[in-house]
Amino acid sequence: MRFGHKTGSVTEELALVSPSKLSIEKVSKSFRSRAGTVLALHQVSLNVAEAEFVCIVGASGCGKSTLLNIIAGLEKPDSGTVLADGKPVTGPGRERLVMFQEPALFPWLDVMGNILFGLKLKPNLTKKDRRDVAKYYLELVELTRFERANIHELSGGMKQRVALARALAPNPRVLLMDEPFAALDALTREQLYGDLQRIWKSRRKTIVFVTHNVREAVCLGDRVLLFSPHPGRVQEEFVIDLPRPRDLNSVELATYASRITQALKSGVKPEAVTAK
Amino acid sequence: MKRTSLVVLFFAILIGLWEWAFHAKIWSPVLVPAPEQVAEYLKTTATDGTLLRATAITMRRLLIGYVIGLIGGLPLGLLTARWKVFHDTIGTLALGLQTLPSVCWVPLALLWFGQTEAAMLFVVVMGTLWSVVIATDTGVRHVPPIYPRAALTMGSKRLHIWLKVILPAALPFIVSGMKQGWAFAWRSLMAAEIFVTILTGFGLGQLLHYGRELSAMEQVIGVMLVIIIIGLLADKILFSPVERFLHRRWGTNP
Repeated sequence: MRFGHKTGSVTEELALVSPSKLSIEKVSKSFRSRAGTVLALHQVSLNVAEAEFVCIVGASGCGKSTLLNIIAGLEKPDSGTVLADGKPVTGPGRERLVMFQEPALFPWLDVMGNILFGLKLKPNLTKKDRRDVAKYYLELVELTRFERANIHELSGGMKQRVALARALAPNPRVLLMDEPFAALDALTREQLYGDLQRIWKSRRKTIVFVTHNVREAVCLGDRVLLFSPHPGRVQEEFVIDLPRPRDLNSVELATYASRITQALKSGVKPEAVTAK
Repeated sequence: MKRTSLVVLFFAILIGLWEWAFHAKIWSPVLVPAPEQVAEYLKTTATDGTLLRATAITMRRLLIGYVIGLIGGLPLGLLTARWKVFHDTIGTLALGLQTLPSVCWVPLALLWFGQTEAAMLFVVVMGTLWSVVIATDTGVRHVPPIYPRAALTMGSKRLHIWLKVILPAALPFIVSGMKQGWAFAWRSLMAAEIFVTILTGFGLGQLLHYGRELSAMEQVIGVMLVIIIIGLLADKILFSPVERFLHRRWGTNP
């Protein structure tokens, strides 16, 4: 009986949750700095559909990370609201998990311990349930053999896989990714694009992915939003109509990428006008 | 294996030199006793219980004082790391008192508590406390902000973050502070025991002191050896396992 209950809750835990619909409504945010007040985001509005993969591209300092933090609930907007499934986001929570540029894995825990961290905060799971769930995600990121490894023993790519497993383990509805692959070498990155697409397909999450790498955005996103700085806002939107899994080196992808890069460059000019 | 035999060889040569110096009569035998005289002293006092009693009394003072210092120091360090007002007040006080060699507390402790256990405990606590406060404070300040942020998104809340993220992340600093506190406490306790007769119990320091009074050099050297061995054992038993764990987990070099 007890056994039956346990297996029941693991299946329940691993079942697909419905991905969230996000709507960002007129979000503004400014920061005080020595140079005065900087408007990081100005009246940004955008919608992300359920299980959509949206990439936000822009030069560094255009406010895209700030927007991601606001969606995560780690920062509060000065005005405007973020709605997840119609409910306003008031603080961070495991419905919307974040993957950072640095893996942010905890060095005092081993790989398993890191993945269990978020799971331990979920009620109604037995110890065995948590381990089973963690093992499932370790397998998903193909790191089963490294269950007991220490974080410093992993390569950069492996660390980000563990970070991905840790973010996926509490079964969030949304995955927010802040340039997670920026610090990796090109080969590792390409492999992770494949893995991420595979996992996104099987786990069905709404993903908002921030990057400054245009080709990365085209490779991963259903939609690519071009952000322009001073103040941060959506400059242009591109729907990427390419079959998946996408090959980073395909001609079609390169065509999209060059169009977006063109727009990105042209977006630099009007900035001087708006900033006057 | 080769390493162990090298160590054994080294100490055998050291004792051999000592033996030779004794027989060569370079110094008076009162100042340099033979190794076997020291061994004899250790054997007698070990069998009649003198050594064990003194060790037990000293260790009791040290351990109780140390634990009190830890229990007080850890939360104080967290307070100073978390709130600026505590950092400016208690933190400054801790920094000042930590620079004070802890043996300097002995006169004050004797006047306040007399020649009692309380005086000894006080000295040990003062030796431990401020090191732990400062190490905890520094450790917490060095925790990369991304750790608590990551924990927040996973549903971790205030107390949970402190216990499960900030404290373990600061552990390398805290452990080195604990080690420093231990060293300060051990040294100041020895100094206090040597210079003051504590009426409530005869510790290793007193044994050393009476060795001098009686010009019993074998006693002086014998007790010194015991003190060295206790220091080594404390390091091996209390700190080495923790440090090994930290080095393995964090991937830092020992």
